[in-house]
Amino acid sequence: MKIQKILNILTLLTGAIAVTVTSLWIGQQAYSWLPPQAAAESLLIDDLISFLVTLGSFIFLGVTSTLMYSVIFHRAIKDDFTDGPPIEGNITLEVVWTAIPILLVLWIAGYSYQVYEQMGIQGPSEIVHLHNPLGMESAYAEPKDSPANALAEPVEKIDVLAKQWAWVFHYPERDITSTELHLPSDRRIRLALKSQDVLHGFYIPAFRLKQDIIPNHAIDFEFTPIRPGKYRLTDSQYSGTYFATMQANVVVESPEDYQQWLAQAATQKPSIAKNQAASEYAQTSNQSVQTGWVTVPPAAPPLVNSPG
Amino acid sequence: MTNVPIEGILLPNEKHNHESPTSWKEYFSFSTDHKVIGIQYLVTSFFFFLIGGIFAMVMRGELMTPESDLVDRTVYNGMFTMHGTVMLFLWTFPSLVGFANYLVPLMIGARDMAFPRLNAVAFWMVPVVGIIMMGSFFVPGGPAQAGWWSYPPVSLQNPTGNLINGQVLWLLAVAISGVSSIMGAVNFVTTIVKMRAPGMGFFKMPLFVWAVFSAQIIQLFGLPALTAGAVMLLLDLTAGTAFFDPAKGGNPVMFEHYFWFYSHPAVYVIILPIFGIFSEIFPVYSRKPLFGYKVVAVSSILIAVVSGIVWVHHMYVSGTPSWMRLIFMLTTMFVSVPTGIKVFAWVATIWGGKLRLNTPMLFALGGLIMFVFAGITGIMLSSVPVDVHVNNTYFVVGHFHYVLYGTVTMGLYAAIYHWFPKMTGRMYSESWGKIHFWLAFIGTNLNFLPMHPLGLQGMLRRVASYAPEYQFWNIIASLGGFLLGMSTLPFIFNMVISWMQGEKAPANPWRAIGLEWMVSSPPPVENFEETPIIISEPYGYGKSEPLTANLSE
Repeated sequence: MKIQKILNILTLLTGAIAVTVTSLWIGQQAYSWLPPQAAAESLLIDDLISFLVTLGSFIFLGVTSTLMYSVIFHRAIKDDFTDGPPIEGNITLEVVWTAIPILLVLWIAGYSYQVYEQMGIQGPSEIVHLHNPLGMESAYAEPKDSPANALAEPVEKIDVLAKQWAWVFHYPERDITSTELHLPSDRRIRLALKSQDVLHGFYIPAFRLKQDIIPNHAIDFEFTPIRPGKYRLTDSQYSGTYFATMQANVVVESPEDYQQWLAQAATQKPSIAKNQAASEYAQTSNQSVQTGWVTVPPAAPPLVNSPG
Repeated sequence: MTNVPIEGILLPNEKHNHESPTSWKEYFSFSTDHKVIGIQYLVTSFFFFLIGGIFAMVMRGELMTPESDLVDRTVYNGMFTMHGTVMLFLWTFPSLVGFANYLVPLMIGARDMAFPRLNAVAFWMVPVVGIIMMGSFFVPGGPAQAGWWSYPPVSLQNPTGNLINGQVLWLLAVAISGVSSIMGAVNFVTTIVKMRAPGMGFFKMPLFVWAVFSAQIIQLFGLPALTAGAVMLLLDLTAGTAFFDPAKGGNPVMFEHYFWFYSHPAVYVIILPIFGIFSEIFPVYSRKPLFGYKVVAVSSILIAVVSGIVWVHHMYVSGTPSWMRLIFMLTTMFVSVPTGIKVFAWVATIWGGKLRLNTPMLFALGGLIMFVFAGITGIMLSSVPVDVHVNNTYFVVGHFHYVLYGTVTMGLYAAIYHWFPKMTGRMYSESWGKIHFWLAFIGTNLNFLPMHPLGLQGMLRRVASYAPEYQFWNIIASLGGFLLGMSTLPFIFNMVISWMQGEKAPANPWRAIGLEWMVSSPPPVENFEETPIIISEPYGYGKSEPLTANLSE
């Protein structure tokens, strides 16, 4: 009987160690499931995701291995139709497993809050139609020795206009428009997001950042690109027929290259940008199943200095 | 607690002058027997489950390749809109109401629901909703294409210019479905509060009844918000009002609030009865009492309460200020406390039992494992910074399909197999049931697991075309989806053949403890010849006490 008890404890201990080690390993793998880390915010978010994956793996493996153990070792013998032990509960155990999730929740929420504060991504700076004091959010939290805000100055301001189905970027200082979003790396970017028609969403997976764009609302959005390269911006809030085509290139480059691009674009005469929605709409589609259901016609392709 | 006659209630013995259903016709005609209505709900909703599944497979077919090349973009958009709508409003809701209808009166020792005619009317609204939904394919412009959320302004754009269009029909159908659900909720809450057999205090009710009770309370406070939002949107669309139309000064974000105030709790309306089903099934096939019965019962009510303050987590990246994001992050995460309690209780129930892995048990175990997975991704989603990245991506799609297919549909299958002998008086084929389980379990994971890496990589939901780097996981997901579609075939085959010529079922084939197992299979029209008097708690496995004082066990 005593040996049995020691054996049980040993089994449990081995199981717990195996589950812990596996969870830690899976948590490290989480980084490889994500796109390149192209913004300061992505470093923070990826750490948080890795932490949650570790914790989640621990819980998942813990529960499923307990279940699997029961399924394998606690099966009824073929002709045994008797009942199991009539254990109805255990107050101590029940209190403990209520307390554990509560503590975990507070831990996860605390860490998430910390990351969110450090990101300082802001949100709606004003709510135009509802003069609701609760909606008034002071947009620019104090940058405090956080990685995302360490590079805060100078801020680069860019206007973003979303419409069905095109992105137009306007650089107010030089009065340049473009269908490609050029960003200087290691500079704090402040976007003014606007929509001409329906809800859109500004989303760059490599930055891990997203913000809905709401008609009649001015929404400021801040972040810091850190890794030169070419990425994709997509519309993340369903915007109608050609939703999937509403994408744009994002070019992160050194501040010098960025200035050069701005100067070069300033010399260009506005021309009509290429637009997938408009060209698909114009030509008869080549799908196998067609119904000819009418759709909202795409907005005219934008006139821009830099059609990308 | 005794049977208190309520004014206006049609007492069962005044109306039932017919025998228990003997022909197919019974199931196609107006009946006030809660058991007939229960089966009507189940069969009707399964029919729509197949239709919703076909829509899903068209979408998975389109997503086999990065280009939009199988169907028109308009068709694709209509497909995902109708898939979501049909699966929620015509499959999960009505099928669970079907089980509740069938089981609640039996489980509490009542002869019928409190309002049998209202019950029947509520059911017959479901086919009406279905006909309107399917009819929308035949109006000019096709069905609604704004997603099952129907966010304005997209849902307000009406390129056909017709007054009758897919979106109008969609809103009409959703409103009727809401009215039907409110009727059902009133009926269930009244039945459970007023019609329990003598001796059945709240803490002697089976957990399925607790779960239905909690879920239907959510319906009562949540549905008015959705219905109001739908009616306001309908007015914007047809009568030129400007509640949500930004072009006229309306606020589309308000619609998001109306919509999610109900539509997030709706998830708990669906999943609470599944938790109830798990709580019924695990003790039977483990031969042990449910561990921590009272805590599990109270946790259902707690979920209903917390469900009222979580809706903004769908809108973190909408026009939502920071303070609101953070409050709703905390409340959302707290849902994991009562659900965690349930999961631990089930694991402890199974632990050290004498397990029999019959088909219902397999489905319940599979569903539980996938629910734990869904719960973990749910916690990730509730964290604001993580949600900022994966919101509206396939990560979310993967998460909620683990909830709605992995847990809810698997739980429904578990329930169908478990109560099939009771409902039909016949046994199902165990080997076909197991084939069905393995196809469904593998299909579900192949279909929905790849959605998580896709979402982390940034692939958006609701897209008909995508970047080529996402193709690998999409092919796996599509193959899983087709397998899932196929998995319903052995199920249908099994159900039809077994119902027609299965072995005759005894009253209690699983040796289960519960009032419904004390009456014959199928139960007589008025359920109980004499009203049972309850003397002990449910789930007395391993204890030799009787459940009732008068009915023989």
